[in-house]
Amino acid sequence: MNAIWHALGWFGGAGRWSGADGIPHRMVEHLWYSLLAFAITALIALPIGLLLGHLRRGRPAALSGFLVVSSANAARALPTLGLLILVVVLTTAGDIVPILVPLVLLAVPPVLVNTYAGVRQVDPGLRDAAEGMGMRGRQVLLKVELPVALPLILLGLRTALIQIISTATIAAYVGLGGLGRYIVDGYSRQEYDSMAGGAILVIVLAVLTQAVFAGLHRFAVSPGVRRRAAPN
Amino acid sequence: MIPAAIGTGGEPLLRWSYVRDNYDGPIWEALREHLVLSFTPVLLGLLIALPLGLACARWTRLYPPVLAVTSVLYAIPAIGLFVVFVAFTGLTYTTVVVPLALYTLSVLVPSVVDGLRSVPEHVRQSAVAMGFGPLRRLVQVELPIALPVVMGGLRVATVANISLVSVGALIGIGGLGQLMVTGMKWPGGAYPTPIVVAIVLIVVLALVADLVLMLVQRFLTPWERSGRVSRRAARAARTERAAEVAR
Repeated sequence: MNAIWHALGWFGGAGRWSGADGIPHRMVEHLWYSLLAFAITALIALPIGLLLGHLRRGRPAALSGFLVVSSANAARALPTLGLLILVVVLTTAGDIVPILVPLVLLAVPPVLVNTYAGVRQVDPGLRDAAEGMGMRGRQVLLKVELPVALPLILLGLRTALIQIISTATIAAYVGLGGLGRYIVDGYSRQEYDSMAGGAILVIVLAVLTQAVFAGLHRFAVSPGVRRRAAPN
Repeated sequence: MIPAAIGTGGEPLLRWSYVRDNYDGPIWEALREHLVLSFTPVLLGLLIALPLGLACARWTRLYPPVLAVTSVLYAIPAIGLFVVFVAFTGLTYTTVVVPLALYTLSVLVPSVVDGLRSVPEHVRQSAVAMGFGPLRRLVQVELPIALPVVMGGLRVATVANISLVSVGALIGIGGLGQLMVTGMKWPGGAYPTPIVVAIVLIVVLALVADLVLMLVQRFLTPWERSGRVSRRAARAARTERAAEVAR
């Protein structure tokens, strides 16, 4: 416990709040990599998940559902650190683009699987009602299925962003900047205070992300959908 | 010999000679450490999650605060928890085992509660009417019905643990993750073979563990197997009805 209290002194250390190795700069770096990877993930996974969930009839749909679920399981089994190291060993070190690949690769499945499941689980009665009102496929998807699936979609996005923040921390080991630097550099210099400081910052960032998504859930999910989900 | 599809200056992804020379040395050591570091937390987490989940299902007011704590816990990156625990338990196995047990817990408690809640009320009442006491009802009726949901959580937690252990390599306790570091820090330039060996072993370990748990589940819930047939029948009936409507 003492070591943790001691580590809190690290936050007041000289140059801690300025310069390239200062907390503000490292935090911005971390957010930049994370949000970049997150944006790419969402751009890939959201449309695919929505479409696959929407086109639910027939054998191809069943197969794609199986593939989506398997991809989520496979991503859980893949060791983050190993992928990062392998990617960096096989490409030019110091380049950020190769590191983005595993970040995105590991974050796509949770978004994909939750979006897909969310759209698939929409009550068929609702869909029929929408079609009965004369809505076309695209309208049904955007005006009915998407809002009803939103809680699960947000859950998937939250899981993905937290996963990315965590993986970006580990990526410091292969040369990425960001908050993980404090942990990796602290370990190699045998400075526990720096490691603990970095760990605390990463934990705070992850918990804040969760809070933001809780707020988003309250703000973006329609009250009717929220009430329906409440008894669970 | 597996040819190098992508390589680093002609260095193949996998050199069998490394595997041949090291399988009963560093590779076996890392695998053994990995097994201990990934399964101990699963057992610990299960031992705590069962009573905690039962308590949450019994006293429903307990559940929301517990759920809040577990979901925040689950969001915390493993490397962060490992580093914080170094302050309490030093650079020992415990430093990796305790955080992973906490993750297991945060997956399993909701599974146990959801599982117990999936027990239909009429089944519970039938058990009461047959004169089952609370303990016998729990063990013989409620837990078996909850089992598939609990096992689902256990499979997720086990697979996640197996891959998360390797992150411990950043603080020097990483099982197979240690091989990844070895490959990265190889004298005279990075050496892909140990990295590939570690990744493959971790993925295979996760798949085998998942498969074993699935078989255990099938063995423990024989009624689900016959249930599958009736589900298929139900689906066929649904399709037939849909076809009728279409006509």
